[in-house]
Amino acid sequence: MKGNSYLSRKLHSLLGVIPLSLFIITHALTNFSAVEGGSERFKAAVGFINGLPLVNVLELFGIFIPLIFHGVYGLYIAYQSNLNTGQFSYGRNWAFALQRISGVITFIFVFWHVYQTRFQVAIGGITHDQLGMTMHNIATNPLFFTLYVIGVLASTFHFANGMWAFLVSWGITVSPRAQRVSSYIWMVVFVLVSAMFLMSLSAFRGDEFKEAAAALDAIRTIV
Amino acid sequence: MAETTVAKKSIKFVITRQDKPDSQPYKETFEIPYRPNMNVISALMEIQRNPVKDDGNKTSPVCWDSNCLEEVCGACSMVINGKPRQACTALIDKLEQPIRLEPMRTFPVVRDLVINRDRMFNALKRVKAWIPIDGTYDLGPGPRMKETKRQWAYELSKCMTCGVCLESCPNVNERNTFIGPAAISQVRLFNAHPTGEMNMEERLETLMSDGGIEGCGNSQNCVRACPKGIPLTTSIAAINKDTTKHMFKQWLGM
Repeated sequence: MKGNSYLSRKLHSLLGVIPLSLFIITHALTNFSAVEGGSERFKAAVGFINGLPLVNVLELFGIFIPLIFHGVYGLYIAYQSNLNTGQFSYGRNWAFALQRISGVITFIFVFWHVYQTRFQVAIGGITHDQLGMTMHNIATNPLFFTLYVIGVLASTFHFANGMWAFLVSWGITVSPRAQRVSSYIWMVVFVLVSAMFLMSLSAFRGDEFKEAAAALDAIRTIV
Repeated sequence: MAETTVAKKSIKFVITRQDKPDSQPYKETFEIPYRPNMNVISALMEIQRNPVKDDGNKTSPVCWDSNCLEEVCGACSMVINGKPRQACTALIDKLEQPIRLEPMRTFPVVRDLVINRDRMFNALKRVKAWIPIDGTYDLGPGPRMKETKRQWAYELSKCMTCGVCLESCPNVNERNTFIGPAAISQVRLFNAHPTGEMNMEERLETLMSDGGIEGCGNSQNCVRACPKGIPLTTSIAAINKDTTKHMFKQWLGM
């Protein structure tokens, strides 16, 4: 990479928090509406997000550009690292290795997930209201469901452990005690956010998302 | 008189050897007589005296580096049973056999267990890990250091540039420009000194350039591996804080 690698690393680290960590929390909350209120609430939540002013600008500068920089530069960082957990099997070294492995998995997963959802909306294959149905079809496919569980766990781990590392890399948690307490907090965050995503994923398997899909199909055939 | 036969104890070694910096490494097995209170260095001296492999064939004596023999110089660092450490404090009675000796491959291998730690000394030169007091006239006594600060700074001063932290770090490799934990901790030490502090920005800016602190991936192996118990990860986080502050000060012109 050309230019000052200190600034690139700092930018990579910052983008992981703002906006990407904020985005993953927003995403978890939006999905959770499917658990709380089923198909209708989920449609409303999707509608709310897409009703935000300048939504395309927010999406481009708040998600896509930071995501691409963080992902591509992250792959370069992963390439620069050795994995030596065999020789040094300490917890933090495992977290270091998993951060890189989960990063690569997340990169592939996000690419695939965006293709299945946002990209299909963009090319007009489905509407925002049909996202619940799309997720229903994915979540009821055993292979896709398994891959989604892996992808969700990898992304959430990468987010929680990345937050821990961000606090160290910016000199916010300095002492061993601060870093230890921080690791406990982010471990809890990992469990909670993963649980939210997994609950949403299983909620999408519910029949009401299928019925909504069937109703929409019916309307389509009439029209 | 009754004859007593005592089973002769011996020590087994598997040593990774290399004849030239660019030649292929190979392994040789040795079995040497046991004496009480041996360390890896005295065992290597035994092999040097009688360089015969366990199959009875003669070989060239194994080369190694050592100096102080009391774990303060850092010269005899090598990978012993999979962990980088000093050979002088690796006591035979406490090691599992066969004892596997390898050079620290993070560094260029000169021969057998001898490595070249130049990159560490060059890193200390780059960050100016010293206190400049030379001048054309007597500058007088410097400011005093607070006792509480002196106490933790003393811990950092125990670094012997042995290279164990670099060997254990997954981000010190040929694809990465990371300077390594040792030099970063030395920046913290010299920035903590009341006179050294006068050149603080210079040291921080070196760490903020390519081949500086940016390569740290927080695996925290260094602090676990350091034979002197130096709080390397605390030093790295503290310098992360200082470089972050310095970056904002530079941007804002403060």
